[in-house]
Amino acid sequence: MSAEIAVSVLVVIGGVFTLIGSFGLARLPDVYMRLHGPTKATTLGAGATIVASMVALTVGGEGWHAQELLVALFLFLTAPVSAHLISRAALVRKLDSVTHGDSTGNGHRRPDDEPGADQPEKV
Amino acid sequence: MMDAAVYFAMSCVSVAMALNVYRLVIGPDAVDRLVALDTLYINAIVMLMLVGIQFNTLIFFEPALLIAMMGFVGTVTVAKYLRRGSIIE
Repeated sequence: MSAEIAVSVLVVIGGVFTLIGSFGLARLPDVYMRLHGPTKATTLGAGATIVASMVALTVGGEGWHAQELLVALFLFLTAPVSAHLISRAALVRKLDSVTHGDSTGNGHRRPDDEPGADQPEKV
Repeated sequence: MMDAAVYFAMSCVSVAMALNVYRLVIGPDAVDRLVALDTLYINAIVMLMLVGIQFNTLIFFEPALLIAMMGFVGTVTVAKYLRRGSIIE
C-alpha cells in the first residue's frame, strides 16, 4: 500500500513537471528561454516517472531490478550536452533574444554591425 | 488510486506532446524545431514508462532505451549541422 502511494505521488510529479516543461517550450518568447523548460523541468519529470516505474515493477513484478535507472542515467547525462549544443547552434545562427535588442524573439537575425553581436565561429 | 494517477500523468504527457508539436509547427527557426523534437522524444520515453507501469510489464524498457540513444544521436547531429553547415568536415 505504501509502495502504491509512493508510485502514485512520483507519477503525478512526473506528469506535472513534464507538462510544465512543454508549456514553457510553447509559451516563452525566445529560443534561449525556450531551452530552459525542456532541459530542466522535462528531465526532472522523466526521472521521477522512471523511478516510479522502477518501484512499481519491483513491487508488482518478479523481484528487484533497476534496469530503468539506465534510462534515467543516460537521460541525465545527455540532456545538458544536447542543450549546450543547441544553444551554441542558436548563437552561431545569430538568433535574436528578447534581452538582446528590441525584437520579439521571432527568429530575427541580428545584424553583424550591432554592438554585442557574437561573431560566427571559424569553421 | 494508482490507475487514476497513471491516467492523470498520461493526460499531462499527451497535452505536453501536443504543445511540442505546436512548437514544432510554428517554430520560427530550425533551432526551435530541434528543441521541440528533443522534448518530444523525452516525452515519448515518459509515455512508454507510464504504459509499462499500467500494464505491469518490463517490455517497454528496451524501446525507451533505444529512443533515448537514437534521439540523442539525432539531436547532436542536427545541432552540429546547424552550427557548421556540414556534418562531415
